[in-house]
Amino acid sequence: MKAFTRHTGLVAPMDRSNVDTDMIIPKQFLKSIKRTGFGPNLFDELRYLDEGQPGKDNSQRPLNPEFVLNQARYQGASVLLTRANFGCGSSREHAPWALEDFGFRAIIAPSFADIFYNNCFKNGLLPLVLKEEEVDELFRAVESVEGYALTVDLENQTVATPDGKIYHFEVDEFRRHCLLNGLDDIGVTLEDADAIQAYEERRKQEAPWLFPAG
Amino acid sequence: MGEGVSARNGGSTMSGKTLYDKLWDSHLVKERADGSCLIYIDRHMLHEVTSPQAFEGLRLAGRTPWRIDANLATVDHNVPTTGRENGVEGIEDPISRTQVRTLDDNCNEFGIVEYGMNDQRQGIVHVIGPEQGATLPGMTVVCGDSHTSTHGAFGALAHGIGTSEVEHVLATQCLVQKKSKNMLVQVDGELKPGITGKDVMLAIIGKIGTAGGTGYAIEYAGSAIRGLSMEARMTMCNMTIEAGARAGMVAVDDTTIDYVKDRPMAPKGEMWERAVASWRELKSDDDAEFDKVVHLDAADIEPQVSWGTSPEMVTNVGDRVPDPANESDPIKREGMQRALKYMGLEPNTPMTGIQLDRIFIGSCTNARIEDLREAASILKGQTIASTLKQAMVVPGSGMVKAQAEREGLDRIFIDAGFEWREPGCSMCLGMNPDQLGEGEHCASTSNRNFEGRQGFGGRTHLVSPAMAAAAAIHGHFVDISDYYDRAG
Ligand code: SF4
Repeated sequence: MKAFTRHTGLVAPMDRSNVDTDMIIPKQFLKSIKRTGFGPNLFDELRYLDEGQPGKDNSQRPLNPEFVLNQARYQGASVLLTRANFGCGSSREHAPWALEDFGFRAIIAPSFADIFYNNCFKNGLLPLVLKEEEVDELFRAVESVEGYALTVDLENQTVATPDGKIYHFEVDEFRRHCLLNGLDDIGVTLEDADAIQAYEERRKQEAPWLFPAG
Repeated sequence: MGEGVSARNGGSTMSGKTLYDKLWDSHLVKERADGSCLIYIDRHMLHEVTSPQAFEGLRLAGRTPWRIDANLATVDHNVPTTGRENGVEGIEDPISRTQVRTLDDNCNEFGIVEYGMNDQRQGIVHVIGPEQGATLPGMTVVCGDSHTSTHGAFGALAHGIGTSEVEHVLATQCLVQKKSKNMLVQVDGELKPGITGKDVMLAIIGKIGTAGGTGYAIEYAGSAIRGLSMEARMTMCNMTIEAGARAGMVAVDDTTIDYVKDRPMAPKGEMWERAVASWRELKSDDDAEFDKVVHLDAADIEPQVSWGTSPEMVTNVGDRVPDPANESDPIKREGMQRALKYMGLEPNTPMTGIQLDRIFIGSCTNARIEDLREAASILKGQTIASTLKQAMVVPGSGMVKAQAEREGLDRIFIDAGFEWREPGCSMCLGMNPDQLGEGEHCASTSNRNFEGRQGFGGRTHLVSPAMAAAAAIHGHFVDISDYYDRAG
């Protein structure tokens, strides 16, 4: 997995709450058996005016000029600023895959849906929670200053604005550690293989019906 | 209908345990120095959409599944609901065909039991687990699908996971987790006739919001919940994710045990007795404390219909489409305006005045046998409105379909003008050809009314099966209570 330590990038503001995973990557693109290539269809129904289909040449499709990621000033954005409950809905990991493939490295919101939040960390994408007032402040700043960039520092758990203001965010120690070091968490878990086996042995005595194959 | 918040004793050991605490403790393999926990997974369900990349990951890393017999797979999201005679080769969409075939190949390669497309046990993953007894009380159940919360109805700890975690469970039989907080949703009193688990759950979501349960595991309790069938409890636990919580659960009682008994994969004989004795403990202690408690009075719950593009945008069938002008929070107001624009609805329109184009009875929320019986009881001897373009029933599994046919329910649906389809997710998400057209309104028994969910530009209204059936007859929503009052 890709590590995340510190990242400075242009911010794109997506001013709506409850952005769901169907909106992030519509179902027709979930038929792929790969992990890559979802970026061109990120926010497909908001981004284009016609209906997207796998295999369709996206460069020929009419863009929705009102959608934030289509605006000239946000081209190349790698930090997404958004509202509460981002990523609600299905467990599809295609949502973080699409965001990552598009070029986002960090997402800032007042809250995230649980499964989506968890999925991001497995893909080198950092979802970070700031207070509602702080997110409001950032929305105002991004909209008023063209080229507004933020520096996200996972080591120190901070977000720094161009004028030197620092916001602090919380993140679980385990997730932080894995993301900072780009660790494969299956490998980390398998270091505890003995503990897993010991648990299974004990459980077979307590609840043998859970192990019908013995 | 007050909402109380009771603080937990800072984790002190003085109070009893909740059902969630018990399930967590019995599956804790190890708590690591950084506070993260390894939780053991008893049952892992797989389907074709969220698993291919996980199997590929295993292969690339040269890993093998930790415990094959804990896995059970089926194809549901992509499968067509008509014309299955030609098997997987007959699936028209080549990308869907590849995905279905990829699961077949992966299950073959790793030796995982799979109910393939034309196996009678095939169906929506959350319908077949309980049906086969693959879901048992006291288990941890996971699947790469957010509606895995359904299985919590059995006093199990069940939740959805992403594809990386599917790979993690395959390789280690564990997940790395952080414990959630405890929420109790207590519904007491008696439900009015015709009010289903679906209405109760939509009312809960309307009350606490789609992020109300974020960070919590929810236990549903109270006399109204005790009075619900297993299938209605599954409907409620299913939509727990729509309330923001990953896991929902109901304590074990006789209803649970009667349902599980004699299922193909349930324990038998002396092992059954032992299991039941242990399952009886699967309830919250009387002195357990919850981080948050929400009360609803069952008698207040009316038939529910969603009007917007989020499951919390829901109201009583007798009410009107809300007016954003009355909303003081600017972000919410804008969300409402956007939703009404997408739905093509004017504020203050009576919910019963919304004209419908299609009716969908199906999905892991409401495609079990009781749901079909409920809808059929309304449709018996009736015909659907001529203004409808389509009405369809998609049973949750091949077993549900066969049972319904034994009871003659298929005839009732077909005679009324419904299409009777093969099992799968179908129009719940329209990954197969079953989709809404742009601008079409659909009364749907599924769980999500997100923009584009059932088809590009499609407009979903979430309702119970009885409400969908009554709406099919009239071409618009009607208050189902009227039917029951007349009958009663
Ligand atoms: S029926 Fe709908 S919600 Fe349920 S698993 Fe299938 S797509 Fe998901």
